[in-house]
Amino acid sequence: MNQFQNFTKGFIKENPILVLVLGTCPTLATTSSSLNGMGMGIATTFVLIGSNVVISLLSNVIPDKVRIPAFVVIIASFVTIVDLLMQAYVPGLYEKLGIFIPLIVVNCIVLGRAEAYACKNSVFSSFIDGFGMGLGFTMALGILGAFRELVGSGSVFGHKFINGDGILVFILAPGAFMALGYLIALINRFKRT
Amino acid sequence: MEYILIIISAVFINNVVLAQFLGICPFLGVSNKVNTALGMAGAVTFVIVLATMVTYLIQIYVLNKLGIGFMQTITFILVIAALVQMVEIILKKVSQPLYQALGIFLPLITTNCAVLGVAILVIKKEYNLIEGVVFGASTAIGFGLALVILAGIREQLELVDIPKGMKGVSISLVIAGILAMAFMGFTGIVK
Repeated sequence: MNQFQNFTKGFIKENPILVLVLGTCPTLATTSSSLNGMGMGIATTFVLIGSNVVISLLSNVIPDKVRIPAFVVIIASFVTIVDLLMQAYVPGLYEKLGIFIPLIVVNCIVLGRAEAYACKNSVFSSFIDGFGMGLGFTMALGILGAFRELVGSGSVFGHKFINGDGILVFILAPGAFMALGYLIALINRFKRT
Repeated sequence: MEYILIIISAVFINNVVLAQFLGICPFLGVSNKVNTALGMAGAVTFVIVLATMVTYLIQIYVLNKLGIGFMQTITFILVIAALVQMVEIILKKVSQPLYQALGIFLPLITTNCAVLGVAILVIKKEYNLIEGVVFGASTAIGFGLALVILAGIREQLELVDIPKGMKGVSISLVIAGILAMAFMGFTGIVK
């Protein structure tokens, strides 16, 4: 597999949310608007790239038996960095995402990529893998967020397209589950044909 | 009275899965059968209560005392991982039947965001130790409730003819959406 394929596999073929269905908690919780979804996606991408690079650098040093705790500590360090940076530079978004920023630690995508890819491949490939997967994650969050915002309040990225009230339930919890459920069904439909 | 409010609010109104989106992975993963769902719910309750207690004490007596609150995420996840491992070892020695029942679910719990989520929420909401434990236990009960309901529905679904693309995760998510809508009916019971 060349680097380009490696980069783009996270977009559709192995999209972490829509195909692998990993990391559903932040997906559902932060996509009440497209901006929140993208913000969460970018934060996760940063953690993914950082942890992938460091883990592939250290993969020869970390003993096999304690690799999971070691990975978790590396990931948690990057999450702390993101947490502090966001608190300082984008306080509004930080408030909205709230508890889900520290919870990037337990996002299965990050640990999943570390375990499945970064600890076996070169630093550069791991960087590309983290970047691609992160972008795929961000894209899925952006699409889901845009859809929910459009149906729920008639706007995308805060720009109002449709006048009047939207279907409020799509911004609330039930809409999150349903929107993701139907989006996955749609992807399945296209994959089969 | 205060505790009753915390319990009702955590189990029904702010249900951890259906309203706060924590612990969705196990919620979708182990809700095929009611029996496995019950096992998972038991294991999660056990770990959440224990983890809430330990992380609370660490936050108050170590992190706050030393003024290193920013280490919260790293410390908590390590404590939870160690705790889960310890519970597994102790259960194996002490109670073989319980270990058999909960065994396979325990390693999965480390990456259940409900555990870390509750630990952080207890600190954020500035509960005291007892309130924190009550909140943790009732959150876990709420998780179990949602899990068992979904498992019950999914058992019935096996008899239903579902469109091809909707099978598996997709239909479960739609059902979870309808469940969440039902749970929204509890809003307003407690302020």
